Amino acid sequence: MNSRKNISEHVKAGLKGRYRRERLFRFLGIFSIAFSLACLLALFTDIIAKGHGAFQQTYVRLAVNYDPEVLELYNVRDEQQFALANFDGVVKKALQERFPEASGRSDKRELNRIISSNAIYTLADRLRADPALLGKTEQVWVLVDDDIDTYYKSLGDSEGAFTGRTSDRVQGWIQSLVDSGDIQLQLNREFFTRGDSREPEQAGIWGAVKGSFFTLLVTLALSFPIGVSAALYLEEFAPKNKWTDLIEVNINNLAAVPSIIFGLLGLAIFINFFEIPRSIPLLGGLVLTLMTLPTIIISSRAAIKAVPPSIREAARGIGASPMQVALHHVLPLAMPGMLTGAIIGMAQALGETAPLLMIGMVAFIVDTPGGVTDPATVLPVQIFLWADSPERAFVEKTSAAIMVLLAFLIIMNTLAVWLRKRLERRW
Amino acid sequence: MTETNVGVYNASKEQAAMTNSADEYKTTGFPFVAEPKVQMRNVNVFYGDQQAIFNVSLDIAENEVLAMIGPSGCGKSTFLRSLNRMNDTVDGCRVTGQLTLDNDNIYDPKMDVVELRARVGMVFQKPNPFPKSIYDNVAYGPRLHGMVNHRSELDQLVETSLIKAGLWAEVKDRLHQPGTGLSGGQQQRLCIARTIAISPEVILMDEPCSALDPIATAKIEELISELAENYTIAIVTHSMQQAARVSHRTAYFHLGKLIEVNDTDRVFTAPENELTEAYITGRFG
Repeated sequence: MNSRKNISEHVKAGLKGRYRRERLFRFLGIFSIAFSLACLLALFTDIIAKGHGAFQQTYVRLAVNYDPEVLELYNVRDEQQFALANFDGVVKKALQERFPEASGRSDKRELNRIISSNAIYTLADRLRADPALLGKTEQVWVLVDDDIDTYYKSLGDSEGAFTGRTSDRVQGWIQSLVDSGDIQLQLNREFFTRGDSREPEQAGIWGAVKGSFFTLLVTLALSFPIGVSAALYLEEFAPKNKWTDLIEVNINNLAAVPSIIFGLLGLAIFINFFEIPRSIPLLGGLVLTLMTLPTIIISSRAAIKAVPPSIREAARGIGASPMQVALHHVLPLAMPGMLTGAIIGMAQALGETAPLLMIGMVAFIVDTPGGVTDPATVLPVQIFLWADSPERAFVEKTSAAIMVLLAFLIIMNTLAVWLRKRLERRW
Repeated sequence: MTETNVGVYNASKEQAAMTNSADEYKTTGFPFVAEPKVQMRNVNVFYGDQQAIFNVSLDIAENEVLAMIGPSGCGKSTFLRSLNRMNDTVDGCRVTGQLTLDNDNIYDPKMDVVELRARVGMVFQKPNPFPKSIYDNVAYGPRLHGMVNHRSELDQLVETSLIKAGLWAEVKDRLHQPGTGLSGGQQQRLCIARTIAISPEVILMDEPCSALDPIATAKIEELISELAENYTIAIVTHSMQQAARVSHRTAYFHLGKLIEVNDTDRVFTAPENELTEAYITGRFG
């Protein structure tokens, strides 16, 4: 009895310490999670604070007179005449009428700079759509230049408006526009429908989004079947010997190789040897395939390993050949895991910049690509390009592009989690 | 094929029940039958350098239930699995000796394992239905081997297999629900239905009831007795009562050696070998 009591006291004496350590452990866990969430929150807040402005753009309302004399356009249907039409003159005239006080040469030059060079295309499109407008005057919202846009957006800032290159004279004109309600922020559709541009107010991410899409399409089409076949062969068919060990080590190594190396490899092999044109999604896809393959192979092998051996035995016991065991049972059961791995691999590839710099996808490309063989850039490279640009207005564009990229990544990762939950089978 | 009706094998060797030498020992009882369905002579199984089965010779008669008992690790499962070459995929596993099924050499390089396994079906220790519907579980084998031409034939085959496995009444209204949703005992009967759907000649059962409760076990045992009318069955079991209930003959394995084979009644009432006696009386195992 005595000794039992001793043991009990002994246990009691230690209990306090045990629970304290447990509390400490739990606190550490909660602290780490809170810390990472805080970092994430800080990142998101910063990006959204900087980038949300890019989803709106400043427009000015002008009374534009489609004067045939100024346009030197008398027949809207005449393509040649239309192509040469002087829309610039119409814009200048409209500005002149709005601000008659700007009379000197430098005044006029400054006045004309308020409006984006894109405005003439807006007017041309309107006139083409409705030829009856020729000779008439209408109120049109046209895009303003990025300097004005930045200035107008910063008007309410606590530390004062960002004037930059905007002179006092121009500030006065903006004020008069504000007073008459002829300047406002509108949803920036251009941002989602256009390619890159040197003019920040005209730059959009559609080209990069499409470039990313085509690149990932090539990557997925190549890396998923190759990766899954490799994993299936290594797990289900290959003998376990020195060679397969060597292959396994090398696959794991490849997963850890810095991605720029894959870019160099792509440059040396695909461009220099196979002479694939640079800057195209096909090439980007090939390089990213090299990079994604190890990820997909490793996750696919893990998924295959997780298929219970009893299922294989059952199928073999009925007389299924190794191939039938693999295709009828192992592959369907491992598919959720493989898909998850593939989507995570794709998400990685979507965010990859370095190898693409090596193969020329960093070029300035205005056109949106129409296929895998059109020169293109991708989202992360677009972010890199904009972050590098001197114009102040590119700051918010950069953050906005990051938001778009993050949105795609979140969608892909959510899809991976959802797929895993959805397709997961219990046995 | 030499046909021996005499129980004592290796008669020229000394009469000791066991010797220290790996290859020289005597199997007591009646390992051989007049018209064997499955015939095994001098079978040795190795895992790498480790020998798991020592020189076992044994016959299984047609429509017979042969129980294999013995302490854990005695090699009875290994032996069973060598009958349909399930050991083929195990790295470093090697089988020597002669194993024949109706005079076809099981380990002949020309023997196709797919064909062999269509003739020698297997039920495993843990119920392992495919994560498919009950119907597809049973239909898998027939589809695989192209045994049926029409959907109606397949329906018929699935139904008869499930009836034979005593599961039809319980599942006929939910054939298209997953087989994994059944209870353990039902799952095991589903696995048996899946096996008999391809009409094997021999069914190997590797401790088919070890994961089941007594009621489910009783059902499976009843089923085994019924199946014995049409099939040759070799069953490995840990339960001596089960061996006594379902089998015609019982083989006792000890450390990879076949110690005694006799009519089941005899093994459990008057074992000839002292090792057998020690095991069935519970002195070890």
